[in-house]
Amino acid sequence: MTNKPKKVDIIFSPYSVAPYKILKDTMKRTKEEIIAELISSGLRGRGGAGFPTGMKWKFAAEQKSSVKYVICNADEGEPGTFKDRKLLVEVPRKVISGMAICAWVTGATEGFIYLRREYKYLVNELQKEIDLFKVHSKEVGLNFNLQIFLGAGAYVCGEETALLESMEGKRGEPRNKPPYPIQDGFLGKPTVVNNVETFASASMVCRIGATEYKKFGTADQRGSKLFSISGDSPKEGVFELELGMSVEAFAAEFGDGDTKAVQVGGVAGFCVPRKDFAKAIIGDGNTTGGSTMIFNSSRSMYKVLHNYLDFYAEESCGQCTPCRIGCQQLLKGIEAVKKGEKPAEYLDQLLKLSESMRLTSKCGLGQSVTNSFSSIVTNFREEMIY
Amino acid sequence: MANNIKLTIDGHQVTVEQGTSILDAAKKINIKIPTLCHHEDLCVAGNCRICVVEQVGKQTLTASCATPADNGMVILTSSPKIRRARKDIMALLVSEHNTQCTTCYRSTNCELQILSAEYNVDNSIYMSVLKENDCKIDKASWSVEKDNSKCIRCQRCVRTCADIQHVNALAVTERGKDMKISTFMHLPMNEIVCTNCGQCITHCPTGALTERRYYDEIWAAIDDPEKHVIINTAPAVRVALGEMLGYPVGTRVTGKMVTALKKMGFNSVLDTDFTADLTIMEEGTELLGRLKDALVHKKPVSLPMITSCSPGWIKFIEHMYPEHLGHLSSCKSPQQMFGALAKTYYAEKKGIDPSKIVSVAGMPCAAKKFEANRPEMRDSGYQDVDAGLTTRELGYMIKQSGLNFQDLEEDSFDKIMGESTGAAVIFGATGGVMEAALRTAYFLITGRNVPFEHLNILPVRGLEGIKAASIKFENCLPEYSFLEGVEAKVAIAHGLTNARLIMDQIVAGTSPYHFIEVMACPGGCIGGGGQPIPTTNEIRQKRIDAIYAEDMGKPIRMSHENPEVAQIYAEYLKVPLGEKSHHLLHTKYRKRNRY
Amino acid sequence: MADTKELITTLAKKHGVERKSLLPILQGIVEKENFLSKDSMLEVAKVLDISAAEVYGTASFFSFLDTKERGQYVVRVCKSMTCDMKGKEEILATIESVLKIKIGETTQDKKFSLLETNCLGLCDEGPAMLINDDYFVKLTPEKIREIFGRYIRNEI
Repeated sequence: MTNKPKKVDIIFSPYSVAPYKILKDTMKRTKEEIIAELISSGLRGRGGAGFPTGMKWKFAAEQKSSVKYVICNADEGEPGTFKDRKLLVEVPRKVISGMAICAWVTGATEGFIYLRREYKYLVNELQKEIDLFKVHSKEVGLNFNLQIFLGAGAYVCGEETALLESMEGKRGEPRNKPPYPIQDGFLGKPTVVNNVETFASASMVCRIGATEYKKFGTADQRGSKLFSISGDSPKEGVFELELGMSVEAFAAEFGDGDTKAVQVGGVAGFCVPRKDFAKAIIGDGNTTGGSTMIFNSSRSMYKVLHNYLDFYAEESCGQCTPCRIGCQQLLKGIEAVKKGEKPAEYLDQLLKLSESMRLTSKCGLGQSVTNSFSSIVTNFREEMIY
Repeated sequence: MANNIKLTIDGHQVTVEQGTSILDAAKKINIKIPTLCHHEDLCVAGNCRICVVEQVGKQTLTASCATPADNGMVILTSSPKIRRARKDIMALLVSEHNTQCTTCYRSTNCELQILSAEYNVDNSIYMSVLKENDCKIDKASWSVEKDNSKCIRCQRCVRTCADIQHVNALAVTERGKDMKISTFMHLPMNEIVCTNCGQCITHCPTGALTERRYYDEIWAAIDDPEKHVIINTAPAVRVALGEMLGYPVGTRVTGKMVTALKKMGFNSVLDTDFTADLTIMEEGTELLGRLKDALVHKKPVSLPMITSCSPGWIKFIEHMYPEHLGHLSSCKSPQQMFGALAKTYYAEKKGIDPSKIVSVAGMPCAAKKFEANRPEMRDSGYQDVDAGLTTRELGYMIKQSGLNFQDLEEDSFDKIMGESTGAAVIFGATGGVMEAALRTAYFLITGRNVPFEHLNILPVRGLEGIKAASIKFENCLPEYSFLEGVEAKVAIAHGLTNARLIMDQIVAGTSPYHFIEVMACPGGCIGGGGQPIPTTNEIRQKRIDAIYAEDMGKPIRMSHENPEVAQIYAEYLKVPLGEKSHHLLHTKYRKRNRY
Repeated sequence: MADTKELITTLAKKHGVERKSLLPILQGIVEKENFLSKDSMLEVAKVLDISAAEVYGTASFFSFLDTKERGQYVVRVCKSMTCDMKGKEEILATIESVLKIKIGETTQDKKFSLLETNCLGLCDEGPAMLINDDYFVKLTPEKIREIFGRYIRNEI
């Protein structure tokens, strides 16, 4: 067994001696330095798409607009993901510091934490933190008006342009891109949308420096990463691990000894079967969301896939053809094969369909269905048929 | 140009203006990319995904309608990857669709049908995901039928109702597999804030939205020897009907249309133009009265006065600006004037029992169907207009009747309410009512013809959304001396989004106009919700050109010179706005819910 | 209706009457009235001056903006994969037998509505559910009977 998962202690570490000390210290440096530091750190967005954070902030800083927004995407809805909840409960000041630093370097004066409706019970405590931040931001002379925007229950709003649409009072339907939010975001103004963990990580980069941060992770995925671990595991919960471990090592650490498959990256990610555990590396560009669900041999992978597809058919926004109808067809298709109403070869037709969905869907939701679909259908074909 | 973009499409270098979509850039070099959700009248949606192309260097395919061309882009519009993906998308749409095309009103004129044939989509690839609930057709509206089982969720109707009409009666509802195009709480179409304009119909690529058809009832009436069935056809019909019958866009088929209708068994084929001319007399008199009240008697009157010919516009203002109905002319639309006179004046002259008359209107319009069924439109003692047919329905009826339309002789409208002028013909185009009104008003006020070459008042013509013009009255006849030196300011709006701009000015008290023409549909009636599909700006312009050509060809081109109009005043109505006119030709409006 | 009108006026004052206020206003109504009635949506359309169809279209997009009548307590049982693995079916069956309603239904006294929901983000502690805004984890049939016992006896 190689590279045992290395636990890291950055994000949950008790670095700050005083609230908002990171912010205060960071604001003593130049904005250019901060952006350079972030770019150098190799930090990528932790929401799923994995865009380099420093570059995003740089582009936003370059936008000429008197109004800019910073939005923290806390619409964590990926099944198997709950790290952002934990961050907002345990280290909200690191998240808010990250947002404040972003506001400072990009010149934004308005900010929102877009909190998923399911987490409404977090609002009170979070609001207290925001109120505390307001006191400190006044002290350091930062003009950044931060508030909570409560979502209303739609997975797709985790997609940043759908999120913006819903904030504008519309259906959460992803926009055509380009333009991107950093050019034309909330109410048409330049907007940085980053995931909760991204902001927390950014504040940590500012705290410990790029050189230290870069020591962790792989060439492609720098730093530490939070993993939401659930399923057939005696150690469910959120763990901060160094990227680059194999699924084998991961399963050995977190599985129950009978692990049959690991779903890496939520339902939008890949299902890794036991035979691939050794060669599959967590952190090779595929898993920035950090959801890992562990299945042992008692689980029916047909049921797992059925559950995912049911989820997709409901949570697709429905606007684009491949995603709206494709999800329904995949679901109906595996049911028909299971019941013997369609031959096993129909699965191949469905695999082609999922590839078409990847190629033609408007947003990441429809594009990513094929990840779990093809990895489960290909690796557990027998279970789909019998 | 400063901001030109250079890209490569299928190996060809293309230079386009910044902001041009890949779709339009390809069009420039004659490459046709299939589309469904795209419509040149509407904002970009990018949701059907049929227009995907390959952008070299990108992992996924790109929606060409929704992606601006960028410098250095290398685009492929046809590759195995694209063909497979498009075919899959077509197959998916078909799997969600009610594929009983044989009985569909839009069969052979359906964009989905044409594309799925082109892509040779095998209906059995995927299982049907058509929802049972979607198969209930909403037939509650007099004007618009909605069949969700034929809907491909392209949202063209939603964007039409929002962008062009600013009504937003249709919306996208629910999500995911349940997502559909619907109304407020899925209420039937007759219970919502809908103007019945039918623009959603002409923008629908399939048979999901259609006009409520009445031709079976009309055939039944024609077949009934007891009934005297008459039809009047609107000016916009004669310049568009040809499109249904194999003629190029912009062909005038007036004479053949009359022949066809006669051969089909209509007892009398008459011209809505007659009541259009009558409208000018009534509405012109009303306007002059209001101006006199304002200028001479200093009475508070509702100015600007606004035209009332367009029933989509009428329902719009009743819903949206119920406090400002006083600005409307009290004149009924030409269709309804015609209906009221058909069962009174016409019946008397012909000696026919009005209860035996079935009065049909051939219209470019969906809203006319609702208008005909307004409870207040029974001034003849009967339902004044028994049925409104769209240009499309007329086209199908002519086809059904087995006539070889193109070989028909040309005939002219029957007498009594069949005489028309060029002024009435141009009612079909945006600005036409205004031009007709100005031709007559100027003559009545000054005793001279409008000071425009060949009577063509060019400033009120064209497809610009809102047009404004003014005309100064000098050397007025003694009766109109109060208008001496007055510069009459007029405006023309078409499409209800433009109408809203005009109305908002009135609400704000900043409207500088005396008289305003509003038509619900872009381009006026030639672009009506009952016209042949498709309708685009290029097509609108060709129909408009045909309308003005028809006008130029008329021996009489001013409403007050229509001999039948003179006759009806002499024999029956006496004077414009007289008691009989008031009873038969004018109406009242009602407040409706705005939300 | 008078109350609804007043509520919407208050919400509009708090959040503003721009289109972007739509979600907060609708959420405010649901918080007080458990769902969005026809009248309340019409009133929102009026206050924001947008079409009622747009209000409905937007509301019906979001799982927590119910446009069907709901009870005082809306129970949302997570049906995502890990909760399913940990015994969601048994939990659901227990709730159905305790409340004597099926998924999607509301009790006759309008006290409870039972719904399924997608991931609640409590996957490490499944099976999980929400009752209005409060969360309950590591559910067992016994726990369910205990929790609903307290709600039924108005102890919560």
